[in-house]
Amino acid sequence: MNDDSIWDWERAWEVLPDLLAGLWVTIQITVLGMIIASVLGLFIALAMRTPSKWLTTPLKFLVDFIRMTPVLVQLVFVYLLLTAVPGYVVGFVVLGVHYATYMSEVYRAGIEAVPKGQWEAATALNMSKGRTWRAVILPQAIRNTLPGLGNYAISMFKETPFLFAISVTEMYKAGQDYGANTFSYIEALTMVGLLFLAVSYPTSLLVRRMEIRLA
Amino acid sequence: MTNTSGDVPAIEFRDVTKRFGDNVVLDGLNFSVPQGQRITLIGPSGSGKTTILRLLMTLEELSGGLILIDGDPYTHEYKGEKWVAVPEKRRRVVRNRVGMVFQQFNLFPNMTVLENIIESPVHVLGKSKAEAIADAERLLEKVGMSEKRDFNTNQLSGGQQQRVAIARALAMDPEILLLDEVTSALDPEIVADVLDVLREIAETTDITMLLVTHEMQFAREVSDRVLMFDKGQIVEEADPETMFTNPSHERTKEFLKAVLGG
Repeated sequence: MNDDSIWDWERAWEVLPDLLAGLWVTIQITVLGMIIASVLGLFIALAMRTPSKWLTTPLKFLVDFIRMTPVLVQLVFVYLLLTAVPGYVVGFVVLGVHYATYMSEVYRAGIEAVPKGQWEAATALNMSKGRTWRAVILPQAIRNTLPGLGNYAISMFKETPFLFAISVTEMYKAGQDYGANTFSYIEALTMVGLLFLAVSYPTSLLVRRMEIRLA
Repeated sequence: MTNTSGDVPAIEFRDVTKRFGDNVVLDGLNFSVPQGQRITLIGPSGSGKTTILRLLMTLEELSGGLILIDGDPYTHEYKGEKWVAVPEKRRRVVRNRVGMVFQQFNLFPNMTVLENIIESPVHVLGKSKAEAIADAERLLEKVGMSEKRDFNTNQLSGGQQQRVAIARALAMDPEILLLDEVTSALDPEIVADVLDVLREIAETTDITMLLVTHEMQFAREVSDRVLMFDKGQIVEEADPETMFTNPSHERTKEFLKAVLGG
């Protein structure tokens, strides 16, 4: 292979260990972020159902605010604000909170999709409100949310390159760093893209199968 | 407060009003059901029959009047002159005496057959799990569903689901059982199985029953009294024999002619 070639297979293989290390960070951040998004999203969805305007009005404003501003800006802002917190932690917390606002909508839809007859049967069996939620409504609602959860996990996974801006060495930054040292950006970033695809495409097929099964 | 003996009716409606927006469904309805009686409510759709059951199960809120269960105010009461809602905590005490079976079964799909049945005996009545399971198995036997004990509810046919729903309601040991068109969603050939189960319950227990049904033959067999409703009012009240063979009210005659195809 001559030096003018835009593609060097040797470089493509050489960058792989760095990228796999970065991919591992990316996956960790996605998993931790989605745990926050799932738990916090459920709390937001439940809080929005309370009749108290004192709770729902500010919460709705906060949720809209988070949704309507770019996650990149949020990441950098929080990173600069909380200098003592490592970028890694800022990364999954900010992504988690950002996606929690979307997950709350998924939960809302999931809760509303539980038929009215389920609530009525719970009343007829004299179940308490708390028990009705825990034993009847949430198990069915959460089942309804699994495809949404999967889709947002893929979407969060693909947004982890933003963490480049707060110096977290996830997969994209690993590729960038390699490119900066070797000038082989094309090989590095192509491999980054392929690795993203290798994870998100099978996951999306899984989610689609889940959607079909739950439909 | 509870008085289940003597002549305190199991259910009493006192001047009950129910409106949905501008639509008045029940307007000052009065009637009572003595302990252990089986009452069938008939009448055209929109006449308020199902609303009566739903009010009794607190699935709808009263607009006015009182419902008494064994003489106890259930959903609302008068404090002096003021008509107020009974707090949920006290409603739950009375609600334990009332059970309901729905047209659409409404089994919990995230639980097995057995889990559906023992849920409230354990978590509401405070029975031990072992005791609740023993009771549930006895009830499953009674409704002919013993083999399906550990099945998911979506593996059951409509008729089977409804039999489980009946067992689930009975597991709460209700004094009053509300049956809301329980065979209407079933295939015709399965209706008889469910009616057989209900007939046996009627014969072997002294549960007070309120039925809304289009199965006139069944109503005739099991009920002590039939109430004909039209526009939220009782237009005729009689024993089943009289009601089905020799009704006196013109509206009843028209209705029965329409449903019996006579």
